Amino acid sequence: MLETLVNVNRMVKSFRRGAEEIHVLEQLDLQVGRGEFLALMGPSGSGKSTLLNLIGGLDKPTSGTVAVAGEAVEQLNERQLAAWRARHIGFVFQFYNLMPTLSAQKNVELPLLLTQLSARQRREHAAAALEIVGLTHRTSHYPSQMSGGEQQRVGIARAIVTDPTLLLCDEPTGDLDRKSGDEILDLLQALNAQQGKTIVMVTHDPHASARAGRVVYLNKGQLLLEKPE
Amino acid sequence: MNLLLNWLGQIWSVTGFGLRTIPQRKGASVAAIFGIAGVVAVLVGVLSIAQGFRYAMTASGSPDTVIVMRKGSDTEMMSGLTREDVTLVSLKPGLRRSGGVPAASAELFVVINLPKRGTGTDANVPLRGVGPETFEVRPQIHLTAGRKFEPGKNEILVGRAAAREFAGLDLNAAVRVGTADWKVVGIFSDEGGISESEIWTDARILQSAFRRGETYQSVYARLDGPGSFEVFKDALTSDPQLQVDAIRQSDYYSRQSQMTYNLVNGFGSLISVLMGIGALFGALNTMYNAVATRTREIATLRALGFQSGPVIVSILAESMCLALTGGLIGGVGAYLAFNGFEATTLNYQSFSQVAFAFAVTPSLLMQGVLYALLIGFVGGLFPALRAARLPIASALREQ
Repeated sequence: MLETLVNVNRMVKSFRRGAEEIHVLEQLDLQVGRGEFLALMGPSGSGKSTLLNLIGGLDKPTSGTVAVAGEAVEQLNERQLAAWRARHIGFVFQFYNLMPTLSAQKNVELPLLLTQLSARQRREHAAAALEIVGLTHRTSHYPSQMSGGEQQRVGIARAIVTDPTLLLCDEPTGDLDRKSGDEILDLLQALNAQQGKTIVMVTHDPHASARAGRVVYLNKGQLLLEKPE
Repeated sequence: MNLLLNWLGQIWSVTGFGLRTIPQRKGASVAAIFGIAGVVAVLVGVLSIAQGFRYAMTASGSPDTVIVMRKGSDTEMMSGLTREDVTLVSLKPGLRRSGGVPAASAELFVVINLPKRGTGTDANVPLRGVGPETFEVRPQIHLTAGRKFEPGKNEILVGRAAAREFAGLDLNAAVRVGTADWKVVGIFSDEGGISESEIWTDARILQSAFRRGETYQSVYARLDGPGSFEVFKDALTSDPQLQVDAIRQSDYYSRQSQMTYNLVNGFGSLISVLMGIGALFGALNTMYNAVATRTREIATLRALGFQSGPVIVSILAESMCLALTGGLIGGVGAYLAFNGFEATTLNYQSFSQVAFAFAVTPSLLMQGVLYALLIGFVGGLFPALRAARLPIASALREQ
């Protein structure tokens, strides 16, 4: 039995749109073990990304709790959350979200600016992360000079460079062709298997979710263990 | 300490990203820069008129030179002194003396009409009758052409600015004043001071030409040091035979320039505030645009752990960088366009023309740049707050 790293308990998330209250997540429970690779699937609007954002401290639940490594995320204020995210979470985004004016090396160094590392140490850490994702030959290239697959590798290098507790990937292959998507999934699998990274990945692609160790489904704000009919 | 360094590091980094993206928004950025440059150029340009006027009025005002006028007179035009008054004033302690002769010049002041060179329209030009000690009293005056007038002759010395601005005041020319012709025998400079707008002649000749008898309007006197002013003034005011008052020349000219200075300054400030409001909207538009185009970038930085504070400061810094650039362009433009530009205006106290040059001073330039920075700060503040309050989760998905 894996140690529980992420514990979502009786989570409710609702939005108000005019007079109408929209319930995105309802009394949701989820546990993710340390070192697990979990895929979150579900149709559009099922609340997958909302759940990922709540786990990553980018949003606050209406009620319920989220604990990551024992820390109650929903109780942290904005300032504490920012520092917590910098220390514990690595985000991988569907559209990479790289800084267009920075080289691959500088993009990967970004999260390290929030640490106490020296400039030389930052360079070394970023170079190591780029080596892990197989981009040592592209360190000085800018995002506009790289393919989508390469940009996403840079995004993954940026996510792992601080050695975070948890990797949160929101449709990491959603903007890529099949070949590039496979390479990214290979990389995530390797990070999970070889480096023990805990990964929660949102996807609507069964081909991607097949790479995860466990798949859960979200439908109408409820978590299902099996794909709904 | 580490926290502060970390925070400053975040500001440095986030500001750097913002500044690097300016070329992607160069249209709006250039518009904001030149909008602010225009405001600063107008502000500095208009205020340089007031500065130049004040400089012309006060440049020659020395603290050890005093003007004695009849008690209660605000200007020389309103004053009147007899020959006896002048003699008594000259005997008072505290005056500089050379070979026993006090440095005191009894003077009278009339206004004549001469056409302006530029427009041909008549203007009031001050004609001052001075005593033989006038060059002792005003040591900064020196001839730039010709010679001094000879006492007892219809000869005039013309200030450099007056010769430039008014027709017929060229060296050796004859000027018709009243029923007589007066010959221009010399041109003098006053280091840019107000005397350069005047025409000088022998006071005794002017008295007879204008039928002033033995009267004068003022005595210009030079003290043996700035500290002697009180001694001299006390001696004047305690003499029961005299009904006069003394004022330092620097204070007198400063007071004379106040009304015009305030008028131009107030007018210039009003225009600048109105234009500044326009430029402020330009800056706001630019920075809202900057925040809108960088929404995902800013959200990404915050998702990675960058705090809201550095994001706010970075947007403000970007806005103020644009404003600073505009301010510097406007300041340099105003300096090149206006500094030294020569003009004349009416001195409302003496109802005579004062020639002066627009003066774009370092303090005016600083004032212009500070105004630009203020526009940049206010123009960046609201977009910065908006950037800091962006909901990260939804902003991350913005295209």
